[in-house]
Amino acid sequence: MIGNLVATLLLVALGFAVRNALRTPLWAEAFRRMRRRPLVIGAGVILALFTTIAIADSYSWADGKNQPTKTVLDRVFERPQERTYSPPMAKLTTEASPKPLLATHILGTDGVGNDVFYRTLKGVRTAFLIGGLTTLTVLPIALLLGMLAGYLGRGVDDLIQYVYTVLDSIPGILLLIAMMMILGQGVPQLCIALGVTSWVGLCRLVRGETLKQRDREYVLAARALGLGAPRILMRHILPNLMPIVIISATLGFSRLVLAEAILSYLGVGVPEDVGSWGNMIEAARLELAREPVIWWNLVSASTALFLLVLALNIVGDALRDGIDPRLRSA
Amino acid sequence: MLRYLVRRLIYAIPILLGVSIATFALFYLTVPPEQMARQNISAKNPTPQQIQDWLVARGYDKPMPEQFSKHMRGMFLFDFGKSDSTSEPIVDRLRSGVGPSMVVGSMVLLGSVAVSVVVALVVAAFRGTYLDHWVTFLCVLLMSVTFLVYIIGGQFLFAKLLRWFPLAGYQEGASGLRFVLLPAIIGIAASLGANVRFYRTVMLDEMNRDYVRTALAKGVSSSRVLFVHVLKNAAIPILTSFVLSLPFVVTGSLLLESFFGIPGIGTYMVDAINGQDFSVIRALVFLGTILYIVGAILTDLSYALVDPRVRLE
Repeated sequence: MIGNLVATLLLVALGFAVRNALRTPLWAEAFRRMRRRPLVIGAGVILALFTTIAIADSYSWADGKNQPTKTVLDRVFERPQERTYSPPMAKLTTEASPKPLLATHILGTDGVGNDVFYRTLKGVRTAFLIGGLTTLTVLPIALLLGMLAGYLGRGVDDLIQYVYTVLDSIPGILLLIAMMMILGQGVPQLCIALGVTSWVGLCRLVRGETLKQRDREYVLAARALGLGAPRILMRHILPNLMPIVIISATLGFSRLVLAEAILSYLGVGVPEDVGSWGNMIEAARLELAREPVIWWNLVSASTALFLLVLALNIVGDALRDGIDPRLRSA
Repeated sequence: MLRYLVRRLIYAIPILLGVSIATFALFYLTVPPEQMARQNISAKNPTPQQIQDWLVARGYDKPMPEQFSKHMRGMFLFDFGKSDSTSEPIVDRLRSGVGPSMVVGSMVLLGSVAVSVVVALVVAAFRGTYLDHWVTFLCVLLMSVTFLVYIIGGQFLFAKLLRWFPLAGYQEGASGLRFVLLPAIIGIAASLGANVRFYRTVMLDEMNRDYVRTALAKGVSSSRVLFVHVLKNAAIPILTSFVLSLPFVVTGSLLLESFFGIPGIGTYMVDAINGQDFSVIRALVFLGTILYIVGAILTDLSYALVDPRVRLE
């Protein structure tokens, strides 16, 4: 129940954010520029599709008492479990004496007989959860600390810079692994670990931008009017930081999704019972050594991962080009 | 120069202190040692006595301040102690692992910088053309593929299907080259997308400068402008990314090494993860940090070497 509520809240918040963004000339212009490029539209369609899948996998209810809670996705795509592997669209099992399969599996079944297509779809929500939750927790922290350091300067700046230099001196992958070993596997744990390792870059960016904005005339004007630091930061400087922050968050999202796969593969990501592309790739890796080669679960998990990351990268780049053509870096 | 170096080294001390306090807090305070023992002891339900023995044998039973001072002393004297699971000295494994890690790591680093700088230069020369557009799009494609797919796919295609390279293994000396060639190629391929894109931006920034126009106007051939004038001026960003990757040459690549059975530090790390070996992870985190700090100092020093305008005071 709480899950449904949270999902609804997030959706509404997202809707409001997009609506408000479209009302400001900067974003409206950026979206207009983006709409002219077919590639970006394609990426947008992919993102919308993945988001729909993630939402469909977030709303769940039970049919009655003692019935398992199932999400919308489960109800549509879950297939009965087979006894063995079967290639995509197969009709018969791969046992010594082939029997008819219980259902058609578009992308075949894996070693335990689970439908690969369904498992791949299940990974979408995990990827969004990891990327989204981490971004949502990192953004406020990085924004607050970055703006404070940049605007107040002196001791505050020194302290915040010291904290992030210390964290940044530890190579990211090592810190991630150490934290995951200590916190244990799990989605919230992974979000915390990824958050700790990924806020530094954003904070540094925000600090630098705040430093630039601090001496602009509009800030001076606000100060001359007698506004306090909190109000100047929140109402005047923050809106000017948002474009660059959103661009870097979009590109950061794709890095988080990639990191999840690698950490899950190393056995320090999400637990095995949570459907994730990293776990699928890990399970599928050894199957390549079999004869005949079992490739479908590896290929579908990595294709889904590839599509999501590619779409995020394209949209992130397009946002950057759209917001500020001078920043164009292809 | 020397004064600068000394000052940078002094600045590094509070950072190192911070890192060791952070790692201590991470490894000793967030998880009680009993839990580490439970995770580490192979028996399913260890008796309290077993746990106590495990703690005593590794010094986790001592009071916190004493452990803290031991932790700090060990880190600064590079005395990493013994592995929690196998009880062999960590330094021994590090020493034997550095070689293999560096062989693969340096091949990947050098190869990737060389290939991507050349590609980026060529692409930058043809900026705005179809070639440029397609190569930059290809870079985004390459960047979006997870490293896992590069390794699994590369190993499957070139080692298993085509049999051009051995599947996995490692050998010292020149005869071992065939073992490290495929991992190196895969490592280069995987880093190509991001690198070419980055270097292309760097080159484009340089190509809009006045000196390029002057050189072209006085009749210098465009290839000479590209490979001599522009490349030299683009050296600083290239150098930064190069030197900052040096620590990872030593610590090796977790995935590459474990997939190809290269007995380097990356494999050691993967083993430590699988064996829940906290002391090894702790040592590797600290080692990685020291290397990173040294790398950052080296970057600044190397600026002064390539750019006479940079004076280190």
